[in-house]
Amino acid sequence: MSKDNFILKAEGICKSYRMGQAEVQVLKGVDLAVKEGDFIAVIGASGSGKSTLLHILGALDTPDTGIVRFDGRDLSRQSARGLNRFRNKMVGFVFQFYHLLDELNVLENVFLPAMADKSVIGWLVSRRRVKNRAADLLAQLGLSERANHKPYQLSGGERQRVAIGRALMNEPRVLLADEPTGNLDSETGNGILKIFEELNKAGQTIMMVTHDERIARKAKRIITLADGKISD
Amino acid sequence: MYKIILAFRYLLRRRITYLAVLAVALCVFAVVVVMTVMTGLLRDFKAINHSWVGDCVVSTDTLVGFPYYREFVKILEERDFVGSVSPVIRSYGILTEPSGWNTSVEVMGIDPVKHSRTTGFAKTLYYHKDWPADAFKPDYDANLPGCVLGIDKVSARDQRGKYSHYSSIPRYSFTITCFPLTAGGALAKAGLGLVNTRRFYYSDDSHSGLAKVDGAFIYLPFADAQALCGMNGPSPRASAIHIKFKAGVNLQTGRNRVAKLWEDFLTGRGGGKQANLLSKVRVETWKDYRREVIAAVEKEQIMMMAAFGMIGIITVFIVFVVFYMVVSHKSKDIGILKSIGISNRDVIELFLGFAFLVAVCGSAIGTAGGVLFLEKINRIESWLYDHYGFQLWNRAIYAIDEIPNKIQFDIIAVIIVSAIAVCLVGALIPAWQAARLKPVETLQVNQL
Ligand SMILES: Nc1ncnc2c1ncn2[C@@H]1O[C@H](COP(=O)(O)OP(=O)(O)OP(=O)(O)O)[C@@H](O)[C@H]1O
Ligand SMILES: [Mg+2]
Repeated sequence: MSKDNFILKAEGICKSYRMGQAEVQVLKGVDLAVKEGDFIAVIGASGSGKSTLLHILGALDTPDTGIVRFDGRDLSRQSARGLNRFRNKMVGFVFQFYHLLDELNVLENVFLPAMADKSVIGWLVSRRRVKNRAADLLAQLGLSERANHKPYQLSGGERQRVAIGRALMNEPRVLLADEPTGNLDSETGNGILKIFEELNKAGQTIMMVTHDERIARKAKRIITLADGKISD
Repeated sequence: MYKIILAFRYLLRRRITYLAVLAVALCVFAVVVVMTVMTGLLRDFKAINHSWVGDCVVSTDTLVGFPYYREFVKILEERDFVGSVSPVIRSYGILTEPSGWNTSVEVMGIDPVKHSRTTGFAKTLYYHKDWPADAFKPDYDANLPGCVLGIDKVSARDQRGKYSHYSSIPRYSFTITCFPLTAGGALAKAGLGLVNTRRFYYSDDSHSGLAKVDGAFIYLPFADAQALCGMNGPSPRASAIHIKFKAGVNLQTGRNRVAKLWEDFLTGRGGGKQANLLSKVRVETWKDYRREVIAAVEKEQIMMMAAFGMIGIITVFIVFVVFYMVVSHKSKDIGILKSIGISNRDVIELFLGFAFLVAVCGSAIGTAGGVLFLEKINRIESWLYDHYGFQLWNRAIYAIDEIPNKIQFDIIAVIIVSAIAVCLVGALIPAWQAARLKPVETLQVNQL
């Protein structure tokens, strides 16, 4: 279908939530296209549906109507297995609240996505390569000394960097980040943004949600979400 | 792979899982102890019944007995599968002490040597354990007519289940009175005072471990009992023939062969004198012969099992609650795992693996505790009795010596497998529920 180099494409996405009797229309027909090498910032007021949109693009949620295409393929037609593969390999998610596993240490949290589809034997075979990759990522993110710490021993900024490492572990085509700096002071937030800029320079496609215009300005392209639609 | 690692981490890092392990351990402990003791009681009870009866019995219920037993004993003794045979007289009588006090008794007439070869009779004796041939010879005067009394007739059991004995047998005599019957079942001495009475001297006592037997039976020499009951005469009669098979003979096949022999014997005797008495004779294994008493104990065990089945249900519920709580605590983790592309099946497997670990740890601890406790159970009971007067089974009432505590690995294996199955079932529902959630749902809940 799309011969252009769009990776992710949303067409007429609608999403509503029931709140008792009332139905809240959050997204009312969102069209959006993410190109290879893009760095997009989505801004909008709190409650405008930014997170909802990002979740739908990352296949963590499904739209009521509308189509999300990845490499031209309709996500809603994918099997459960195909969707799991998509979440594991094609997108990397960074959440506002980090969402690390408390029982695993920093290194294990980072290479967890690489373990997901491996049997015990497969793991033993690829263990060294995977661990090296995770260690490289941690070095890139300035967390080499923290590899054996548990998440609760880290600061917010450090945890967010671990979460970024995890999102990048399987070299995803798109990095989806939901207010990655929302919980951090501006200096720490700037550090995270610097990482994003460098990643983008190296070719990583990034889509980031924020409600802070100053942060959004670091991106190549800004999309504003208002009243359930994109308003450029 | 991450499943194994995470399952272990969950086990070690969540305090609530220690509670789950403890709950499983306690239940396994209780079931191991109770099942071991109950099956032990039943096994011991069966064993002493087997020992008292022998392998197989050819018997009649009527007090008249049946004739031609000597011929059939001879036939049996010629068979290669038969180890030994002991004909027996059974009847009821009155024991009268010199003081005039009397009590009813069940009379059993035996040849002490044959009967000891066929059953565990010799082992039940006190003074003649190693020399049953002299069981009916009182040590104080071997020429007097001796008689072996069921132990409860001469001695009272103390609370520890011990009987006291004199170092040498005391001289003690009494009379036994029986009602001799004709082959037709009429009182043989009608008009002549009706009864046969003879004096006997206490020569030994028998402790079979069967309360009803030890409290009611007296054993007399075969010929004396036969005469007392009027079963001697031109065509002598007996009440039963006890049989022991050779080692390695299957109980049921042995019985069937005896039954076949008896059938052939019957057809050979079809028209003979008193042949009608032969038709009432049954051939049974010791299990069938003692079915009524064994069934009562078996029923008791089944009731215990049902009661502990309830505990099993409570275990399922406890494990279910624990896992429900763990999974609620971990719903964020499930969201995270699913957001990085882990399948529902893998999430379920992760929590089932976790449940499996809890079950294995719990069963291991519970089994170890149970085995240790069983090893010491008799010592613990006697300590409790010494210090607080507490006793699980009052030995003055129950005919057991020690609480049976032999570890049976098949039972323990069944208990462990059930415990694991129960834990998996208890974990399956919350795990399945957690896996069904959309990743956003779980993540959002935790953001609030
Ligand atoms: N599961 C849900 N059930 C009901 N309403 C929901 C649900 N998820 C989101 N909403 C509603 O949808 C709207 C959009 O939510 P969303 O989280 O996408 O907003 P957002 O733009 O990310 O806001 P913020 O900047 O505060 O993160 C909100 O009004 C929210 O209350
Ligand atoms: Mg949001």
